[in-house]
Amino acid sequence: MTATATSRLSALPDSAVNLRAFLHGLPGVDKVGVEARAAALGTRSVKTTAKARAIDLAIRMVDLTTLEGADTPGKVRALSAKALRPDPADPTCPTVGAICVYPAMVPVAYEVLKGSGVHLASVATAFPSGQAPLDVKLADTRDAVAGGADEIDMVISRGAFLAGDYAKVFDEIVAVKEACGSAHLKVILETGELATYDNVRRASWLAMLAGADFIKTSTGKVPVAATLPVTLVMLEAVRDFRAQTGRQIGVKPAGGIRTTKDAIKYLVLINETVGDDWLSPDWFRFGASSLLNDLLMQRTKLTTGHYAGPDYFTLD
Amino acid sequence: MPKSPKAALKEPTRLSVRKTYKLYIGGSFPRSESGRTYLVDGDNVALASRKDARDAVVAARAAQPKWAAATAYNRGQVVYRIAEMVEARRAEFTALGVPADEVTAAIDRLVWYAGWSDKIAQVTGSANPVAGPYFNLSSPEPTGVIGVIAPPSLLGLVSVVAPAIVTGNTVVALAAGPQVAVTLAEVLATSDVPGGVVNILTGHAAETAPWLASHDDVNGLDLTAVDDAELATELERAAAGTLKRVRRPGSGDFTGDPGTAPMTAFLETKTVWHPKGF
Repeated sequence: MTATATSRLSALPDSAVNLRAFLHGLPGVDKVGVEARAAALGTRSVKTTAKARAIDLAIRMVDLTTLEGADTPGKVRALSAKALRPDPADPTCPTVGAICVYPAMVPVAYEVLKGSGVHLASVATAFPSGQAPLDVKLADTRDAVAGGADEIDMVISRGAFLAGDYAKVFDEIVAVKEACGSAHLKVILETGELATYDNVRRASWLAMLAGADFIKTSTGKVPVAATLPVTLVMLEAVRDFRAQTGRQIGVKPAGGIRTTKDAIKYLVLINETVGDDWLSPDWFRFGASSLLNDLLMQRTKLTTGHYAGPDYFTLD
Repeated sequence: MPKSPKAALKEPTRLSVRKTYKLYIGGSFPRSESGRTYLVDGDNVALASRKDARDAVVAARAAQPKWAAATAYNRGQVVYRIAEMVEARRAEFTALGVPADEVTAAIDRLVWYAGWSDKIAQVTGSANPVAGPYFNLSSPEPTGVIGVIAPPSLLGLVSVVAPAIVTGNTVVALAAGPQVAVTLAEVLATSDVPGGVVNILTGHAAETAPWLASHDDVNGLDLTAVDDAELATELERAAAGTLKRVRRPGSGDFTGDPGTAPMTAFLETKTVWHPKGF
């Protein structure tokens, strides 16, 4: 597939007309094949020391997220403190990758996280629907960056994408990327609303061509969030994109990943699809809120030898 | 003239459908996660592993808040329904070698505990006199998830599971008499007992019990059927790590009046101060 992809992608688009032709010229995704491959990779058994390393890596990859209307400064401060010291009983436990909050909560999290090495991500651009005028989205982004966010999670306009207006989506991503300045840009495709794997592949390429640093599956606000096959399609896209352009793009599945078992399946998927280069918090993240506690419970089981219970870990 | 080939065929012999006794976790009957089985009196029985115990605790924990929040009257009805269903399946238990009078005693025991559901609070709760303008009320609360090392007999199993669940706890029981226990699980599955309230694991208690005893998410431990003093001590020590309530009455005769102790062992007391005089 790589060989075909490379030959067919030889001409990267340079205009709206080319962009459309390019995206529709991408090879189609074999739905049955990708689902079977993801399912097969999900059956690997990872135990003992390998599991311990996988858990620590997964903890470092967590974007600890709270995106609720009911978020208060207190909750965000507590969550940020948890990001720095996920397991207060065990100082060897690594910190998480980042905190992910709404723009209004960025200054609160920044106060706790500054100088710690834990990144501060903020959703922006009229999250989660993306249905707002461009200047509002840009203002949203600039506010979050000014507040101290060094990663921006933007949503694409699924309405425009599904209507075939790829140029509009492309231009929006370019504009938001510019508004980000030095902050990393993660582009949320909301794969649950894109309907087909072909669309996921097209949206991935569109986002990467427009300058995304990360492509992210979902907002977590629609019923279908991250799945293994969707992530597999996106990993293949970033692999092919690097082969084509030399630029490496990160991937972030988000939503619905709740257990250590799920997380390890994703790690296996990375290792088997794109290899070691992506097995790092710089290139792969989990957008999750409840995943961290399960990782911590499994970690405790491995270090203490007995099963841990949720009563011993903070909820937020 | 050659005989027709059809006539040469004998009447087909029917193959009997043999039953595999499986675990009862979260309201369904899975095989052991480990895939292991063992033979008990010629029957194939699932041999529970520590991971089955872990899964059972997860199921019990998930079921506990809703079960505890059900009204005492409702819980009593459900336990009474178990008695009704055992009554209907008498023949199944006697076919497994349970004496008829033991089945009767088990049914009576279930009815007895069903009756206690809305009365235990009145016996163990209290209105306390205090020196101030307050009503001071103490009421019993369920402990949570209880690990039970259950005796092999039907009456013994009922006598440790029923008192724990009737007050709002959920149970993970390690059953020593697998066929009887799984048959009781089949009764539970058809008695309106919500999935996860009772989970039954068959296998060797000495293998799985230590995992329950040290599990952070188990709140109480009933060591009724642990006869090995060394194992019992080891389990008590492991249980102390998370301050579990431990009951160790010793296994023996279950035919006598059990009293309220099996229920109160897994109850905690909540005391509320309520201002009066406004």
